[in-house]
Amino acid sequence: MSLHKFANPARFVRLSSPLLPWLWISTALLLGVGLVLALFVAPADYQQGESVRIMYVHVPAAWMSMFVYSVMAVASAVALVWRHPLADLTAKASAPIGAAFTVLALATGSLWGQPMWGTWWVWDARLTSVLVLLFLYLGYMALWQAFDDPQKAGRATAVLTLVGAINVPIIKFSVDWWNTLHQPATVSSLSGPSLPASMLIPLLLMAVGFMTFFSALLIIRIQREIIARKIRTLQMLQANPEAAAVTAASAEPS
Amino acid sequence: MLPSENLPLEMMVKPKNKRLSLLVVVSIILVAAVGLMLVAFEDNLIFFNTPTDIVEKEIEADRRFRLGGLVEEESVRRDDDGLTTRFRVTDLTHTVEVSFRGILPDLFREGQGVVAEGKLNAAGVFIASEVLAKHDENYIPENVAEALKKSGQWRGAGE
Repeated sequence: MSLHKFANPARFVRLSSPLLPWLWISTALLLGVGLVLALFVAPADYQQGESVRIMYVHVPAAWMSMFVYSVMAVASAVALVWRHPLADLTAKASAPIGAAFTVLALATGSLWGQPMWGTWWVWDARLTSVLVLLFLYLGYMALWQAFDDPQKAGRATAVLTLVGAINVPIIKFSVDWWNTLHQPATVSSLSGPSLPASMLIPLLLMAVGFMTFFSALLIIRIQREIIARKIRTLQMLQANPEAAAVTAASAEPS
Repeated sequence: MLPSENLPLEMMVKPKNKRLSLLVVVSIILVAAVGLMLVAFEDNLIFFNTPTDIVEKEIEADRRFRLGGLVEEESVRRDDDGLTTRFRVTDLTHTVEVSFRGILPDLFREGQGVVAEGKLNAAGVFIASEVLAKHDENYIPENVAEALKKSGQWRGAGE
């Protein structure tokens, strides 16, 4: 199978390393230009005035919080069904990044809600389901810590991720299915984005910048994880050569 | 099953296919279960009731709930004490009289969506203890909105 070629951890390190500088350069450019446009060039909103600028961080962070979880869900399914050695690592490496994006979305949302709605927080369907998403990320990380054996941890956390994946469409459609204080989607609405290009362009630049930022962090974290597992295998090899050989063979088929 | 000679070697490995079908079946059951739960709890998942809901659900006086809708045009009155605001909330079918004593959010204005928390009194007036402003999904540059208002082409809320 051709997919197995890319599931080889050593090959992953070799192929992904040259990508890193490009990802960092595009992140710096996109976020730099995006922030200048968002904070200084984009117009104030007719209703919200200058506070609308929180949108340029809040919305991409919220998108990423759902996107990273979707990445984890796909990786978990691949890990459970096909046992790809890289799939586990991808899910594990993604979780803290996704949690950080979720915290950013919740914090900026709260700062935005206070002047606009008149409250920091309400328990409407959108805000509550995003808080559940944060707990899923935190639960995922806690569950990893609860196991000594990375294979068992990978399997248990993959099941948790897949069960929690149902929350992603609930977040997305919460504003359509139930009435909420949070407004419905602006960019991905059926009638096309209901905001002008002067606002849409900085928003999209920020969103793509967040994406390349996530990709760079993910690659670094997966590489670190691969190295950490190699060290672990070597240490086991030193301590107990026979048992280590079995573990190494099942963990890294190449 | 398809004839096995047409399948690549990889697909004939049984445990993988077994795990895949297990995953699919469990996912379908999970989605169905959560879907049923969300439908069953719909009344608790909505954030506010509309004026029409009040009529249809016959919400009695002295029960706390949230009322949501648009502030009716030309309905906002301030009492002489300078603190109490009276206005009507409408969903364009039914209308409810609201009285609120406190500070309103900046976005509060006629034509704006609001969510008020409180209870109905015996006279059917909604006594709000908190009023939140809702804003919609449309973003319009300030100068564009002003130009539209000037030329009389403005169709949005919040004059």
